[in-house]
Amino acid sequence: MILDATTLNMLKLGVWETLYMTFTSSFFAYLFGIPLGIILIATDKDGIYPIPWFQRTLGIIINLLRSVPFIILLIMVIPITKLVVGTTLGASAVIPPLVIASAPYVARVVESSFKEVDAGVIEAAKSMGASPLQIIWKVLLPEAKPSLLVGAALSVTTILGYSAMSGFVGGGGLGDIAIKYGYYRYQTGMMFITVAILVIIVQIIQEAGMKLSRVSDKRIK
Amino acid sequence: MHSAEPIIELVGLGKEFYTASGPIKALDDINLSIGRGEIFGIIGLSGAGKSTLVRCINYLEIPTSGTVLFENKSLTAMRPREQRLARQSMGMIFQQFNLLAQRNVLQNVCFPLEIAGVSKKDAVDRAMELLEMVGLSDRSKAYPSQLSGGQKQRVAIARALATKPKILLCDEATSALDPNTTKSILSLLKEINKTLEVTVIVITHEMAVIEAVCDRVAIIDQSHIAEVGSVADLFSEPKSKIGRQLILGEAAERVIQFGDSKNVRITFDGRSSFEPVLSNMILACKVPINIIHAETKDINGTAMGQMVIQLPEDELDQKRIINYLKTAKITHEEVKSL
Ligand SMILES: Nc1ncnc2c1ncn2[C@@H]1O[C@H](COP(=O)(O)OP(=O)(O)OP(=O)(O)O)[C@@H](O)[C@H]1O
Ligand SMILES: [Mg+2]
Repeated sequence: MILDATTLNMLKLGVWETLYMTFTSSFFAYLFGIPLGIILIATDKDGIYPIPWFQRTLGIIINLLRSVPFIILLIMVIPITKLVVGTTLGASAVIPPLVIASAPYVARVVESSFKEVDAGVIEAAKSMGASPLQIIWKVLLPEAKPSLLVGAALSVTTILGYSAMSGFVGGGGLGDIAIKYGYYRYQTGMMFITVAILVIIVQIIQEAGMKLSRVSDKRIK
Repeated sequence: MHSAEPIIELVGLGKEFYTASGPIKALDDINLSIGRGEIFGIIGLSGAGKSTLVRCINYLEIPTSGTVLFENKSLTAMRPREQRLARQSMGMIFQQFNLLAQRNVLQNVCFPLEIAGVSKKDAVDRAMELLEMVGLSDRSKAYPSQLSGGQKQRVAIARALATKPKILLCDEATSALDPNTTKSILSLLKEINKTLEVTVIVITHEMAVIEAVCDRVAIIDQSHIAEVGSVADLFSEPKSKIGRQLILGEAAERVIQFGDSKNVRITFDGRSSFEPVLSNMILACKVPINIIHAETKDINGTAMGQMVIQLPEDELDQKRIINYLKTAKITHEEVKSL
């Protein structure tokens, strides 16, 4: 195996496509996931705006979505993809299924970060006359920030893992390359290189998330 | 001291929790009137319902029966929005301080002002003023994790006072602090009560806290108010069983360890503790006695105390002493085993 200019360019494009899919999907997953997480925590029976029956229903829907295997979802949402993106091929086409698959996951990650916020602090805010919205903006989000950043590293790397599966539908990215060369053409060298690049990207994202969390956390002296 | 005008009135207040293992009555028919400007104590054993009671006062807990009147207005009748507004007139501090960990000291004190919609500049000015008062203006940029327990409670006090509340609710505010820090926090509360004319409601399970700061006290026992009165009255003559237990607890328990012969508890009011009561009695009756327990306290400037004495075996000697106590009008009672 030779790393000629064509191969290098292909790898570069793969990296770019992977990052593009991962971060665009993460962005939209959080766009839906954060409000969902807030709703889950707020409407809990012990939450700041309890609507227990609604909370349970939403929880069930989220669990249902999370239990659909990504590869199935990838095929199931093809009509939606066509409607939103206009095509069912390429990196952009993988974004809708990625968002649908990861938003419920993100909602749970976000919910668990909010759960870590000290109930006493929320109680104190209530005692000062804070409204549920003020508690969300001024207490839950800022107090959960370090934990949310750790959760983000976790979510983004998970989404990156999902995006690698997009190769099966010709979605582009490093996963696509790994499948094309390693699986269909038996070029294991190429497969190892793409996997190695994926490992490095995951490491960088994970480390960056942890670092950001540490730096932002005022609980550490 | 307080005027007769009540700031908080609890009328037939009840709170029941519905749990998986059945309903729990945390409060039952609580009737209390707390006067403007006083330091009012609520004491009781763990699980008595103290926290539930304060949380009902600012409606963090919604009572299942009865009414809470704040300045003659019923919180029960208010909409959630009005209740939140009323809460801005009632500061609250907690055992675990409950400061926002991601905000520094100044931002913590500004927090209730932000909620009340005060402009940033005014909020900072007010916060600095309060930090000055609690003696922490030099730590305004520190984060809660960098402060000691006592300092955290001072920040919490400053924060609770930011919106100029009329009442300060303190739920076990000193229970996580060492004795010296407790003393300084209590004197800060006393000072706030005097200078800012804030009514202070102190929840505690420690009689020493009541003794140190309160004007009046309510004893809560098993969801009920067992007795209410001035702290001086309570110490000189507790009426309820739980009252005796809380005040005389130690003594009451120690008495049991002495044999079968009669024990008598003498209670001194301010007057008699300066008289040589015991010496006079021994001289008059010519009977030896055994002092089992003695303790005197200084409550708001008058000496209060109690003493448990063991009487001799001889019945006649015992009668003589009891008669002496009666004629000398000294409060006393026989204690067997408590
Ligand atoms: N949210 C709740 N759900 C069910 N039961 C509760 C709840 N809150 C309090 N209780 C019960 O109500 C009773 C009174 O509790 P409360 O916290 O008011 O006691 P307390 O006097 O403050 O005790 P402590 O000194 O231990 O703080 C207890 O039996 C407690 O178990
Ligand atoms: Mg309590």
